[in-house]
Amino acid sequence: MSLMILDKGAVAPLVNALMADYRVVGPQARGPKFVFDTITDPSQLRLDYNTTILPPKKVLQPPEERLATFVRGAKPQVETVIEAQPTVLLGVHTCDLHAIQLLDKAFSQEYPDAHYLQRREQTVIVSLECLEPCDEHSFCKSMGTLTADEGYDLHLTDLGASYAVDVATERGAELLSKYGTAREATAADIKRLNEVLSAKWPRFTYRLDFDAAELPALLSTAYDHPLWDELGERCLACGSCTNVCPTCYCFNVFDEVDMSLAEGERRRRWDSCQLDEFARVAGGENFRKARAARQRHRFMRKGKYLYERFGVLGCVGCGRCIRTCVAGISIVDGFNTIYGSA
Amino acid sequence: MTTSIYQPEMARLVNVEQMTALEKLFTVELPGGHSLGHAPGQFVMVSLLGIGEAPISITSSPSRSNGHFELCVRRVGDVTNALHKMEAGEYIGIRGPFGHGFPIEKMRGKDVLFAPGGLGLAPLRSLINQVLDERGLFGRVIILYGAKRPSELLFRDELEEWVARDDVECFITVDRGDDTWEGHVGVITTLFPQVSVNPRNTVAVTCGPPIMYRFVLMELLGKGIPETQIYLSLERRMKCGVGKCGHCQINNLYCCQDGPVFTYAQIKGVEEAL
Repeated sequence: MSLMILDKGAVAPLVNALMADYRVVGPQARGPKFVFDTITDPSQLRLDYNTTILPPKKVLQPPEERLATFVRGAKPQVETVIEAQPTVLLGVHTCDLHAIQLLDKAFSQEYPDAHYLQRREQTVIVSLECLEPCDEHSFCKSMGTLTADEGYDLHLTDLGASYAVDVATERGAELLSKYGTAREATAADIKRLNEVLSAKWPRFTYRLDFDAAELPALLSTAYDHPLWDELGERCLACGSCTNVCPTCYCFNVFDEVDMSLAEGERRRRWDSCQLDEFARVAGGENFRKARAARQRHRFMRKGKYLYERFGVLGCVGCGRCIRTCVAGISIVDGFNTIYGSA
Repeated sequence: MTTSIYQPEMARLVNVEQMTALEKLFTVELPGGHSLGHAPGQFVMVSLLGIGEAPISITSSPSRSNGHFELCVRRVGDVTNALHKMEAGEYIGIRGPFGHGFPIEKMRGKDVLFAPGGLGLAPLRSLINQVLDERGLFGRVIILYGAKRPSELLFRDELEEWVARDDVECFITVDRGDDTWEGHVGVITTLFPQVSVNPRNTVAVTCGPPIMYRFVLMELLGKGIPETQIYLSLERRMKCGVGKCGHCQINNLYCCQDGPVFTYAQIKGVEEAL
């Protein structure tokens, strides 16, 4: 829509103003790392963060949420609960932005999930262009997520003393004009923005040995690849890789009752296909028993299955699963291994 | 109020009948007696508030709804054990119907061979009774049913009726007999030599424990029935029923949405299917 300029000194007042009307969530330091969490003081916001432990998915699909409350007894009643509130999600990197677009598809197709969609509807996304690689584990350039054309309301690019703000939606424009003090970009600003954007690309390296668009076809030949057994031997089935993945959205649903057993809540919580019981039915049959099969399922979902369903790859190259794996399993190395032996 | 796909409808149990030591038949009525609107082979998510939800196939035929539907349930997990303790007049939650059932329109004009094993009769009965209620629209109706023991045979009244009918070829076997059993003894595959079929014009429908499929499939394929004309109803863990939670995935297929009914051609070579 338009390009605006926000001085860095105007960010804190903007956040402060937003906090009056919104839950503001953004990257902040937690020990030596960063997390997305509710901002209670503008000084907590760290737009210079590299990556976060959990992706901003946690704002749109919380690790645990209420789906309903119920009353038990002779005339049981159940009432849907939608946990959504007006939220501004600040500082989303473009890899995570691509992931959110996949979540949007997953939760809106065929049977729309009102819990996710209402939260999504009430969330204004202010994303942030990455100008430096976050660390040696990310491979966004290979996955085509190093930049984004859509999926945000406002998109920031650091120009040094100020941010260029790409205003993409009506909602973003309103937010910026109501709560912030930005000015329209001049020809000089646009020139500076273009310089910054072209200068960033050489700083990022390709990690995949082939074009990511080939992944679905490549994986369709790799179902019986020896890699799966090798990964199965190393995997501890802890589920960390799926917990930190920005496109993993599988969940478990369970009930909790109060002490009197009269009332309770139906809740859902992130689940992981890497856990032993994920595909086990009550009769005892486990349809994905081997760790090798579970790792294969994760790789297939990221590189093939989700693509077949939604038309976008399930891996955005954020590197979180690699960073977190205590067994040192790397999805990008795995993809390269398969490519190398194809 | 917002509608959520996870909101169950509270439905009344109008009848509960003990069928075997492990299985009960529940007759369920939705509020105001409104129709479930299901197709044979579909399932519902049964909700017991405070216990949880489980996917259960609908065993009654849409052609016999009368404002009710039936669930034949084995007590095996948390939800089903709690359900077995419930009585007529009590309420359960229902979501659905979900999934793709049997494509009955593709079966009309053809011979239909049913091969249920054990509790696999529950989902198939929905289709069997629909076919029998439209008997004139189908060719031969063959039912080959196997259970472990005589005491585990389900829907015994209906089995007797099917055996007695001239227009149904129904054969029943048990893996192991007892003092009262005078029928055939042997696993389900021992029934197959008793019937010959015209494979091109035959549709086969099977459901049973995972171990049974490979043997029954060998028999069906051995009779020359095309892979596209063999239907299976698969069981998986499910937490949503609507293609979101991920539990029921069979490689790239969602059992809850793409299934639970698949053709053999669809799942042949899909390692996680059988």
